Amino acid sequence: MTLTAPVTRKRSALTKGQLPSYAPYVVLAVALVLGAAILALIGFNVFGWGVVSAILFTMGLVAWSGVVEGARKAKDKLATCLVVGAFLVALLPLVSVIWTVLVNGIPGIITPGFLGTSMNGVTGTLDNKAVEQGTKVLGGVYHALVGTVQITLLATVISVPVGLLTAIYLVEYGNDRPLARAITFFVDVMTGIPSIVAGLFAAAFFFAVVGPGTKTGAVAAVALSVLMIPVVVRSSEEMLKIVPNELREAAYALGVRKWRTILKVVIPTAISGIASGVTLAIARVIGETAPILVTAGFATSINNNVFGGWMASLPTFIYTQILNPTSPSNPGPSDQRAWGAALVLIILVMLLNLAARLIARIFAPKAGR
Amino acid sequence: MTTNSLTTSQGAGRTGDKVFSGAALTAGCLILAVLFGVALFLVVQAIPAFVAPAADIQGGQGFAAYIWPIVLGTLIAALIALVIATPVAIGVALFISHYAPRRLASGLGYVIDLLAAIPSVVYGAWGAAFLAKEIAPGYDWLANNLGWLPIFQGPASATGKTILTAGVVLSVMVLPIITSLSREIFLQTPKLHEEAALALGATRWEMIKMAVLPFGRPGIISAVMLGLGRALGETMAVALVLSSGVLTASLIQSGNQTIAAEIALNFPEASGLKVNTLIAAGLVLFVITLAVNMVARWIITKHKEFSGAN
Repeated sequence: MTLTAPVTRKRSALTKGQLPSYAPYVVLAVALVLGAAILALIGFNVFGWGVVSAILFTMGLVAWSGVVEGARKAKDKLATCLVVGAFLVALLPLVSVIWTVLVNGIPGIITPGFLGTSMNGVTGTLDNKAVEQGTKVLGGVYHALVGTVQITLLATVISVPVGLLTAIYLVEYGNDRPLARAITFFVDVMTGIPSIVAGLFAAAFFFAVVGPGTKTGAVAAVALSVLMIPVVVRSSEEMLKIVPNELREAAYALGVRKWRTILKVVIPTAISGIASGVTLAIARVIGETAPILVTAGFATSINNNVFGGWMASLPTFIYTQILNPTSPSNPGPSDQRAWGAALVLIILVMLLNLAARLIARIFAPKAGR
Repeated sequence: MTTNSLTTSQGAGRTGDKVFSGAALTAGCLILAVLFGVALFLVVQAIPAFVAPAADIQGGQGFAAYIWPIVLGTLIAALIALVIATPVAIGVALFISHYAPRRLASGLGYVIDLLAAIPSVVYGAWGAAFLAKEIAPGYDWLANNLGWLPIFQGPASATGKTILTAGVVLSVMVLPIITSLSREIFLQTPKLHEEAALALGATRWEMIKMAVLPFGRPGIISAVMLGLGRALGETMAVALVLSSGVLTASLIQSGNQTIAAEIALNFPEASGLKVNTLIAAGLVLFVITLAVNMVARWIITKHKEFSGAN
């Protein structure tokens, strides 16, 4: 009878015709071993091993699935492998860039005086001596740090009021008028202006107004503002939009004027988002090279006056040290300084990004009701 | 926020209202003025290059002969970047929106956004010092095996500082832009469409093909266009990576040049008519990117009106 019949089928009918749950792990193990074997034949390296194993894994899993589960499931497995593969591929450059900067930048940044001295008086002869006699590499990024901080600060001082007021106009006064829609559209278009064109605009503007060949930190700050304003407008606009209308109406009901409502109710509610948006905008422009290159020139000594004279900045320092080494016959010291500066710049940008997240979290309005 | 009789009445603070709304309006108009100014000042400073006698322009054959090769070079570099970045970016966006575990998804999105945070000059330095060296043997292989294709014609550059390397670096830089926009669109796919597809027995890939991708197509297109805008205007990756030269069909030899890199390399030392020529080149770049961005934004806006119904 059926009750006494031995149960020969181990798997339920529901999971019949499916790969067992351990299938991916088996295929992965086989692919890794096979990949190592193939790479051993043609010369082993970790990167090649990963690529070959990934291809073998995909082929193996899809083939197995095709035999057991049919073409539709096999296609699904293939798509999954490709999508996960795309993500891993996207991580490669990130890891590689950060690794390259760390490995090359740490020798530069731990050289005593790197953060505290400028390139004033550092010549090719000194670099040659450093290479030949193994002495420490002279020169540093102090002048570039000063320039970057001043230019970025001035750009922020220009961009934040303009950007914030524009966002207020769009959200509080715009009412979807044609002018408001035009501003929204052109702010979007502005985010797409190539950074070098922004630099050329500032240069062309000051050439026309002040005189040909005007290159100062202030010109660079104007160029950066052109790039920064749309970012500030967009993020502030989003933040002002999510302030609940009830808050405004409550203020109006108490007889508070519109401008005081905006200053005392709307902006304080949205301040965390606005501040974090501004910080992200600073992080975006602090690494811009091209606009500073065409507007501020490059200096080797400390210039504390943002309105007069050429000025160095971290990105242009990296660029010129790589492209025109101080000593053309021995580019080593220049490379070391460039990578050190790159590490400083990346640390600055990451700190700003982190600060933006912290600001958003700490100053966020309490949600509890 | 319609004005009512209470807020328009006479009394203390009325001036404040006027000043404040005036300031907000001025700021908004200032932005329009700046964009108009960008165009105006570029045009004014570029005109001398357009009207100058052909022999005075660099190359000696007039502005058109000067600008065409670098416009083509710009398009080639941007095209390479998009061909590489688009499939990867869509894959990453799908991974974050539909494959990764919910809890990890936002963190993984942040990791990809880190790619956008790295300054372009660092990418340029990485491309010149690391990628070009690593990729050069691959170019030798391409030249030996696919050399019959004009784009892979040998002899390959030994340093690897070619337009293809520059394109690869550009693709890394536009990847986060395309990814974040596509991800937003994919997440907006109507849940009911997805669930209906799954309930009818579709596999996850079939569901994506039937529900997510058709819904996201306009979004993907505009994301790619915005990526194109970024790739066209990117300067440092090309200026540092490419060892530039005349327009060449082969992607694995040194040669070619883009507008942005041409300006960055020559502007600091330029004087006289050369400055006007470079500003004119910048104007050409501005017009190209403006057109690309406006089309992209137009597609997004058009799409927004329809997606409201879902």
